[in-house]
Amino acid sequence: MSLNRRGFLGLTSGLAVVTLAGCGSGATSASSTPRTGGRLRAAFAGGGAKEVLDPHLANLFVEAARSKAMFDKLADLGNDVSPQPRLAEKWEPDADLTRWRISLRQATFHDGRPVRAQDVLASYARILDPNRAFRAKSSLALIDLANSRAVDDRTVEFALKRPFGEFPNALAAFGAYIVPEGADDFTKPVGSGAFSFVSFEPGRSVLLKRNPDYWEGAPLLDELEFVIANEESARTNALLGGQVEYAHDLTPTTARSNASGDRMTIHRSPNSAVQAFAMKVDRAPFDNRDLREAMFLLADRPQLVESVLAGSGQVGNDLFGKDYQHYAGDLPQRQRDLDKAKFLIRKAGAEGLTVKLDTSTAAAGMVEAATVFADQAKGSGLTIEVVQGNKDSYWADTLKNGSLSSFRSGAMPIETHVAQRLLSGSGTNVTKWARPEFDALYEKAVSTSDPAARTEAYREMQRVLHAEGGYLMWGFADWIVGAKPNVGGISTAPANTLDWARFDKVWLG
Amino acid sequence: MSLASYTARRAALGLVQVLAVVTLVFFLVEALPGDAAVALAGDNPDPARIAQIRAAMGLDRPTFERFAQWLVGLPQLDFGVSLVSGRPVADFLFSGIGPTVALAALTLVLLVPISVLVGVLAALREGSLLDRALTSITVALHSIPEFALAVVLIAVFGVQLAWLPPTAVGADLFAQPAVLVLPLVVLLARPICSISRLVRAGMVDALASDYVRHARRLGIGETRVRFAHALPNALAPAVQQVARTTDWLLGGVIVVEAVFVIPGLGTVLVDSVAARDLPVVQGLAVVFAVTTVAVNLLADLVAFRLAPRAEVVA
Repeated sequence: MSLNRRGFLGLTSGLAVVTLAGCGSGATSASSTPRTGGRLRAAFAGGGAKEVLDPHLANLFVEAARSKAMFDKLADLGNDVSPQPRLAEKWEPDADLTRWRISLRQATFHDGRPVRAQDVLASYARILDPNRAFRAKSSLALIDLANSRAVDDRTVEFALKRPFGEFPNALAAFGAYIVPEGADDFTKPVGSGAFSFVSFEPGRSVLLKRNPDYWEGAPLLDELEFVIANEESARTNALLGGQVEYAHDLTPTTARSNASGDRMTIHRSPNSAVQAFAMKVDRAPFDNRDLREAMFLLADRPQLVESVLAGSGQVGNDLFGKDYQHYAGDLPQRQRDLDKAKFLIRKAGAEGLTVKLDTSTAAAGMVEAATVFADQAKGSGLTIEVVQGNKDSYWADTLKNGSLSSFRSGAMPIETHVAQRLLSGSGTNVTKWARPEFDALYEKAVSTSDPAARTEAYREMQRVLHAEGGYLMWGFADWIVGAKPNVGGISTAPANTLDWARFDKVWLG
Repeated sequence: MSLASYTARRAALGLVQVLAVVTLVFFLVEALPGDAAVALAGDNPDPARIAQIRAAMGLDRPTFERFAQWLVGLPQLDFGVSLVSGRPVADFLFSGIGPTVALAALTLVLLVPISVLVGVLAALREGSLLDRALTSITVALHSIPEFALAVVLIAVFGVQLAWLPPTAVGADLFAQPAVLVLPLVVLLARPICSISRLVRAGMVDALASDYVRHARRLGIGETRVRFAHALPNALAPAVQQVARTTDWLLGGVIVVEAVFVIPGLGTVLVDSVAARDLPVVQGLAVVFAVTTVAVNLLADLVAFRLAPRAEVVA
């Protein structure tokens, strides 16, 4: 109930807007056969002042879900977090992967205008505006807009600044929505999505209605209402009290205590959020490879999953993106080995050393995980001291300072994770992993058109990271939503993928 | 000193107090770690992106320049625009004031008669079973924090029995007044206790006072003695407590708003501080400071009218 636990998931507070992860079956709920009609009320955490309807500014989970309902991207992430065509019917690169021809699907905006190549170019030009700071900007920055063109109304040809085989990942980037050319005022948003706009009260609710002409088929629901409840307990109570039919982002404890009741069905999306500790490899003490390995061996992962995630998750193997496309699932699972860890700590000359572990309540479970891990390190010769910092500036603080910090991330393609966090020039390189030979492997992976060579490059990158990287990724949390038992069609795809928080396939039984 | 000049002096002092509060709040929020750009960038804290956001928000300008610009707009009631959403701060204040004032007004409308009645009843039957029962109940109730009471009430009446809506999520407070019942009970619980205790104590003192004895000797009817002579004096101390309660309610009771999902001023405050959205925080500081000054001034004036001998020097 305490306010410092209120979970805004926004970037803002750092609670993992970014992403959640996934594998997931895309499968669904118990409620019998699909039916049409009705209004579904969905409760999300919100951000009050921060809430906007501009899909390019979307940051919070509720904004992502609303954007998805009203707008489309060219591509979006499938259940294995690989890009799937959406408004783009297909994409074809040229031989050297620098020009991409995208064919658009026949789709219309809510006001009846067709979605044209010009709208795509205008949307990306808006995101790339040098005077603005949209979230998708860094993903789209490799597009050479001046040399990109509309071939005809339904064909776009993108010129890239460098060869990039994973360009569809960029088309699926968080916030890279297609809006009508010239749109800049989103008080009454017009998109091409499955639901069209009806009304908005910031910090309270957004009402949408079925778009009967949606290109993928009209939604089953007549109306969809997003309501805001920041406290997890309030979302749960509203669901139990029949005030909403869907409650987003519940805790494992709530899931456990309501699992057997008949008022709520729990839906879990596995592999949605990676839980980790980040060691900075460019400074003492973790510039020592032996000490990093000792840390890997100190972690009792099953215990962390059981205690911190209340069992709602799976153990990690120090690699991002379990079961995602390109994941190196064949590397041996790391186990706790206290004796070897002690030996490595002595070898690294770190016996008797005290290391500060920076953490905060910026994401659920981080402080608890830090405390449990500090406990697991007892008796190893190394002392871990948990230091709790300010949650609102946590991610920026730990990017620069300290040597060991709590880390969490939602789902994104493994390529995106590497590009944003593990290259010499990455903007959010919290482990300070900067190796020319690793950069070269990444270059190879994204610039080759040979699938076998690409797979091999991804595997090699992950082998190195598993052996001596800076991320101790101990687990993957399930993403948990609750719904009335009569709600059907809820996907268990990882959070941040297309099918997560997607309501056009959902029905009220 | 006349009432008018006293009021004018207090109002002028209040203005200075408001300015001091907003200045202090501005620099305290500035002193918090991180700014709006850092908060917005969240778990994607790419320094290049943070710099861009900062430039887009105008945060790269000097602190004093931003504060001065904000101050200049204030006399025209221009509170500026939210850094994060670009919407006018006034919009946030208006949307938050509605639920907060509605809840505060309803609470006060119920609070004052109930607590006076309870206090007077207890005082008139001092030492009786009724007095002891009321004392026990009020002391017990007063020791339960709002959030604990809220959780219990929601679990019992909202979820288990399903008599009342457990939250106000997505609701229009005026179209569905049922959502206000549980929050009102929670908000009333402690103030009723504290104020009725003060009324009881004041009434007991007043009934034992020389002037009441004198009034009785003059043969004035007991009802008139109690309610026309003793009660106004007994209320004076309670008025100050009602003022504090009013101030507390108008500040948006954050815990109650969070638990019941009422989008009032407390929620706006929590959201804007977490986002480091300084213009919105500043706008709220003005509203809170003005209500505090105004409510206390009003309380002093009322107390002065009720018991003219009371000290009202600021």
